[in-house]
Amino acid sequence: MTEYDVENEVLVYERPDSLTDLNTHYCPGCTHGVAHRLIAEVLDEMNLKSNTIGVASVGCSVFAYNYFDFDFVQSPHGRAPALATGIKRVLPNRTVFTYQGDGDLASIGMAEIIHAATRGENITVFFINNTNYGMTGGQMAPTTLPGQKTTSSPNGRDVESQGYPIRTAELISQLDGTSYVVRRSLNDPKNIRMAKKAIRTAFEVQQRGLGFSMIELLSICPTNWGMTPVSALKWLEEKMMTYYPVGDYKVHPAVAEIKF
Amino acid sequence: MTRQLMKGNEAVAEAAVRAGVAGYFGYPITPQTELLEYMSKRMPELGRAFVQAESELAAINMVYGAACTGQRVMTSSSSPGVSLMMEGLSYISGTELPAVLVDVMRGGPGLGNIAPAQADYNQIVHGGGHGEYHAIVLAPATVQESIDLMVDSFDLAEQYQSLVVLLTDGSIGQMMEPCELPAFKPMKTEFPTWATNGAEGRKKRILTSINLDPNAQEVENFRLMRRWQQIEENEVRVKTYFMEDAKFAVVGFGSCGRLALSAVRAARAEGIAVGLIRPITVSPFPKKLLKEFSRKLESMLVVEMNNGQMLDDVISATENSLPVEFYGRMGGVVPFPDEVLEEIRRVAKGGLDTTGHPRDRWLTRMAEKGL
Repeated sequence: MTEYDVENEVLVYERPDSLTDLNTHYCPGCTHGVAHRLIAEVLDEMNLKSNTIGVASVGCSVFAYNYFDFDFVQSPHGRAPALATGIKRVLPNRTVFTYQGDGDLASIGMAEIIHAATRGENITVFFINNTNYGMTGGQMAPTTLPGQKTTSSPNGRDVESQGYPIRTAELISQLDGTSYVVRRSLNDPKNIRMAKKAIRTAFEVQQRGLGFSMIELLSICPTNWGMTPVSALKWLEEKMMTYYPVGDYKVHPAVAEIKF
Repeated sequence: MTRQLMKGNEAVAEAAVRAGVAGYFGYPITPQTELLEYMSKRMPELGRAFVQAESELAAINMVYGAACTGQRVMTSSSSPGVSLMMEGLSYISGTELPAVLVDVMRGGPGLGNIAPAQADYNQIVHGGGHGEYHAIVLAPATVQESIDLMVDSFDLAEQYQSLVVLLTDGSIGQMMEPCELPAFKPMKTEFPTWATNGAEGRKKRILTSINLDPNAQEVENFRLMRRWQQIEENEVRVKTYFMEDAKFAVVGFGSCGRLALSAVRAARAEGIAVGLIRPITVSPFPKKLLKEFSRKLESMLVVEMNNGQMLDDVISATENSLPVEFYGRMGGVVPFPDEVLEEIRRVAKGGLDTTGHPRDRWLTRMAEKGL
């Protein structure tokens, strides 16, 4: 038997201050928890917790405000970038971010995200892409892959009648108003570390008043995909990461100079 | 203070500025656009927030977000644009936030036209957005009254954590009249204990309209209803003219109430004992006052620029205790005072056939006129 030196134990991992001590309602294996934690860790590191106002959207993350330990408002479906605009314009010194899913941001909220981005609103957007409407039970989203089966594309997404997926990061990055638009993946430790670095960069961008930042996070939905968490992560890596490549789509020269 | 000649929409905008509005979010639509244009110049020069949104949907949600911080915020639009705002108005009401909307009504339905109308009375007074909520709705009849009520709107919104709508129309928005602007109020420096403005030195706050537990939602609904009872008790405003010895009353709001006053004056000159009741708050509606008058009067004539939307509220308030007649023009047509005078004469002559609903009788009379 191994002897443990309890007295000299060093704490190496704990709940970030920016997260509340609550069990989430997210399904087992869901990567919302990872995304929440990364955002919370970065806000802790930057000492921004009491300065931050989050905007939750409609979808599985509607209750995100329960899990973050700072001020939060909850937006109508798709309108989070408009709420964030309103908050940031009257309180320009606060840190404001939205947390939106793919149905929320890339379907019903497309006008709001495009125009918040093109105005160069000094806010940060976290865009969770898990290729379906999770909360309502797994319907086709704008991000659903060609041929992917969902409850509203039971024979697989037919691009002839149901159109093509939207590559959101690429689309938003085309707008002159944006400063930092990247895609990251939450499938393995390396990509998760890269995601955290991007989240830090996005908040640094906002702190410096450099304008609009968005991070698309490739995520899994084991429940609605009908997979185990492990096979869902494999599916993300094999299917999603080929259609939605991880990468930096817009890095304004001023952002490239940021060191932290 | 000095009097000056100002256009209704611009006077309302300046009144809001002087009332301490910290954020304006809007979208162009006739006959409201001058308000947006005025704000686009005025707000930035004062260092306050102005955004021309991508749609009315976005504009009202910017108001929603900004209202969450406890600041004074507003938007303005006209009928079709206000339809798009219904989602946000319901959420703002469900979250119990103070916010102010100026609705410069125009002819409808659909794209309709840009002429003055009052056809959105039901939409604004009796809901419009989903769920159950009430807005305080103020209906000015002059540019000066628009200014005064604009200032009061912010106070009422904050006092009751309520949506307040300044319900005006294309004629009042577009006309120029001499008016006096109020003094500047200082900008707010203290914010309510519910405001989400950063949790420095306090516990976090959440603002949301979701209640997955129906029982918890119902508690919320009861609270909203009881607050509304207080508003009905305390905030009714109405202006009466020549009512001391009146046997008949015309009931009209906003610009229609104003043109009815011309008809009432002309009828008085003919010796007809008629007065005017002009609700300033169409919500809360002056039910008690109408009920009291219904006991003293021989009949009432409701005049509106719509198909008789306030008429239903008058009938409900007077509980069928006297004959109520209706005269209205629709689709952006503004009645001439002479049309109203003719109706006053008809009502004063007596011997009214009161079978059926007043709206049906009106439709029959209008058909006889070829309409």
